[in-house]
Amino acid sequence: MVNKLWCLFIIFGITYGFIFGDADTINSAILDGAKMGFDMSVKIFPVMALWLGIMNIAKESGLLNKVSRLLSPVISKIFPEIPYGHESVGFIATNMVANMLGLGNAATPFGIKAMKSLQEINGDKETASRSMITFLVINTSGLTIVPTTIISLRMMLGSLNPSDIVIPCIISSFISLVGSIIIDRIMAIRSNRKI
Amino acid sequence: MNLSNYIIPGIVLFITLYGIYKKVNVYDTFIEGSKESFGMILNLFPSLLAMILGVNILTRSNLLNEVLKIFAPLVDFLKIPLEIIPMAIMRPISGSSSLVILNDIFTNIGPDSFVAKLGSILQGSTDTTLYVLTLYFGCVGIKKIKYAMWVGLLGDLLSIITSIVVAKIFF
Repeated sequence: MVNKLWCLFIIFGITYGFIFGDADTINSAILDGAKMGFDMSVKIFPVMALWLGIMNIAKESGLLNKVSRLLSPVISKIFPEIPYGHESVGFIATNMVANMLGLGNAATPFGIKAMKSLQEINGDKETASRSMITFLVINTSGLTIVPTTIISLRMMLGSLNPSDIVIPCIISSFISLVGSIIIDRIMAIRSNRKI
Repeated sequence: MNLSNYIIPGIVLFITLYGIYKKVNVYDTFIEGSKESFGMILNLFPSLLAMILGVNILTRSNLLNEVLKIFAPLVDFLKIPLEIIPMAIMRPISGSSSLVILNDIFTNIGPDSFVAKLGSILQGSTDTTLYVLTLYFGCVGIKKIKYAMWVGLLGDLLSIITSIVVAKIFF
């Protein structure tokens, strides 16, 4: 889908530009892009490096595991279909905590492990189980505590207070996470009725 | 006094103290973790570049502005800034493209404007639904995803609404 959209952007953008605008603008739009891409990466880089350093301390000291263990009882409540004490609960917890702390790269391997262990207890290997969907919903609604990329970008572009969005971000992502879990519940009940 | 400003120092202090308590070599561990950022930036650069190319062509050709006029009455009615619409549409589809649009908002309107803050909350409070679905279902070979896409997209719509409400309350 990203592939199709990207093609649409380019084809329609250039065609429209040729008909209603001028070739010069389009020409510079294309060439400026390369420098913008580099600038943006450079702007995102510093805070990201800083945060990954801090978070590595949290990982190595066992803090990440500890928080995951604290979360496990809550996760068992959200996933009623997972048998008591199943290993997937631990993976889901670690994935959630890593995501919360902005460790996208560290979160993904645990997410994949979680999906694989959910697949083991899934009856139909080609169809998504209810727990899998719930897990993905938690991931897509993305509970964040420190949005490093955005803070970094705002800082480099001269914001007076780049981190003033932290609390609103936490509140908004928490509300949408809870809301998404509720929507997931409703959809799961509806899809059971159809069968 | 802004509570947001206490969160990051608080986390840094707590993690460092916990590391010392657990007898971790805090300094070396920090350096080790920080090194990972090089790999992450190298992975990010090509997708940012691709999206900047697409978004740049779309915006500078004026096509986006024309398409946005359709949303003008709705946006007026809800009293939200028009500039946020492209970002809200792209957020669930591609994280790097919504980031590119957010960067445009930061540069053109300013990182401390209301739209910029709203965009920041939107970018930070949700993840790229399409990417997450493809990645996680793909890795275990699930073909029928049932209602997963709908829940994901409804969740995104909810994120957009809560972002707007939260931004209006705070800023």
